[in-house]
Amino acid sequence: MSNADNQGRKGAETTGHVWDGDLQEYNNPVPMWWTWAFYGTIIFALVYWLLYPAWPVGKGFTTGTFNDITFVNKKGEEVTTHWNTRALFLKDQQTGEQAVKQREYLDKISQSSYQEIMQDPDKMAFVNSMAKVLFADNCGPCHGKGANGVVGLYPNLRDDDWLWGGTIEEVERTIKHGRNGYMPSFAGVFPKEKLESVAAYVLSLSGIVGEDKAKIEEGKHIFQGEEGGCYYCHTDKGTGLKSQGAANLADKVWTIANVPAAATYEEKLAAVEKVIVEGVNREMPAWQGRLPEEQLKLLTVYIHQLGGGK
Amino acid sequence: MFKHETIETNSGLLIVLSLVAMGIGGLVEIVPLFHINDTIEKVEGVRPYTPLELRGRDIYQREGCYVCHSQMIRPFRDEALRYGHYSLAAESQYDHPFQWGSKRTGPDLARVGGKYSNEWHVQHLKAPRSVVPESIMPNYPWLLERSLQYADIADRMRALKKVGVPYSLTKEEYDANVEKFGEDVAKDLDINRAEENLLAEAQKENFDGIPGKLTEMDALVAYLQMLGTLVDFNKYDEGYFVEFR
Repeated sequence: MSNADNQGRKGAETTGHVWDGDLQEYNNPVPMWWTWAFYGTIIFALVYWLLYPAWPVGKGFTTGTFNDITFVNKKGEEVTTHWNTRALFLKDQQTGEQAVKQREYLDKISQSSYQEIMQDPDKMAFVNSMAKVLFADNCGPCHGKGANGVVGLYPNLRDDDWLWGGTIEEVERTIKHGRNGYMPSFAGVFPKEKLESVAAYVLSLSGIVGEDKAKIEEGKHIFQGEEGGCYYCHTDKGTGLKSQGAANLADKVWTIANVPAAATYEEKLAAVEKVIVEGVNREMPAWQGRLPEEQLKLLTVYIHQLGGGK
Repeated sequence: MFKHETIETNSGLLIVLSLVAMGIGGLVEIVPLFHINDTIEKVEGVRPYTPLELRGRDIYQREGCYVCHSQMIRPFRDEALRYGHYSLAAESQYDHPFQWGSKRTGPDLARVGGKYSNEWHVQHLKAPRSVVPESIMPNYPWLLERSLQYADIADRMRALKKVGVPYSLTKEEYDANVEKFGEDVAKDLDINRAEENLLAEAQKENFDGIPGKLTEMDALVAYLQMLGTLVDFNKYDEGYFVEFR
């Protein structure tokens, strides 16, 4: 076995392997910095074991020392426990700098009436910043992050049309208890011509009038009479009963039938007919219990002012 | 003298010693969890899945939902604000396998139950961008088209029973479940009535919005709508959960 490497250096220790006659491998020790870093990790582990929960012992474990966490429980008692992430989180919620600042405003919101909140620019600035995030997390998936809804699926909250009422109390009730928007399906109830007549009349309520006046007249008869009974919920003027969440058909805002997107009168008719045939069945979940009261209040004010409020 | 070189140059010995090293790691990190008293919180309400939810969970796994969605809310302030109360160990005690995770391409789903309506879930699974324009989730339209296969539901429950989920086969086990979960839940956990229970729940709730048709969507939405809803956190002192760490 050669004692010289292939560059002719004498005395360098090799592993003893030789490939292809002259290819060898140095057997140098690892660098000192590496060795000391390795010893460093061992010392780190020892310190860690002393400070934090680490080793299982019987039915428990070593809990660590010198960094106990104190928090306040529901009964108002101070509890001190060994270091752990749950206690850390709880303590942060109670005494963390950001949490305390937020709590200060949340308390102001809880203690103020809707009227007081809406008249105070400082409180409204807080509402607009926090509720915007709450809205995007919780309401956005249906109503859209910008609250503009999806025509045919979920209502636009930025317009002036409120299906269930736009006063602050009504908005609050909607958020807290949820809503069930329901219109029965008229599939198979009317033959095609009658269906078209009703649709023509519905369109005429908001000023989209076709050429066939007789048809509109027939539609009116069905809508306002017992045959269709549409007026029960949409009222005889077509403005809609808020208590039923019935759409106002007399304005130009459409939430389900995508009339504005239809180019021709025939397409507009078809869009309305589709809703009459299929009916509507949509649900807004109740948020009371899921979100804390103060967050519900923030959302109520935020949503109320989006559409200008009522 | 015994040298490190001896191990490095002897693959058989290297394998044996590696296994020993890993074995010690396993013993120290995993085994104690079965013996430490305070691993799983004692909370009311957590129950195994109903047959329909169980099939929904199978579909959740088949479609790889877990690749993008975790079911584990961590005890951080931002997560509490966005998702709700942090997840408890107790809440996934009947999960085999659990659906925790650390990679979130989509949002965490640990508490998605009840957050949205059934119709929203159906629409969103069919075409996510029709409700959330910025979403990058794929479409799953076949869930509404495929009928739910449930002929092997009893076998699936039996398999879970083998790994400790308290589904019942005998009268004794059933009575034990009545004692533990109450009669309503115990009925759903009865393997002998699995098919009947599955059909009844699907018919009653009609998750997919198509009356009289049992689709995979029914099962998946049933599963999503119960996630994270079993524990009523208003009943507990937050300090109580700290005791389990």
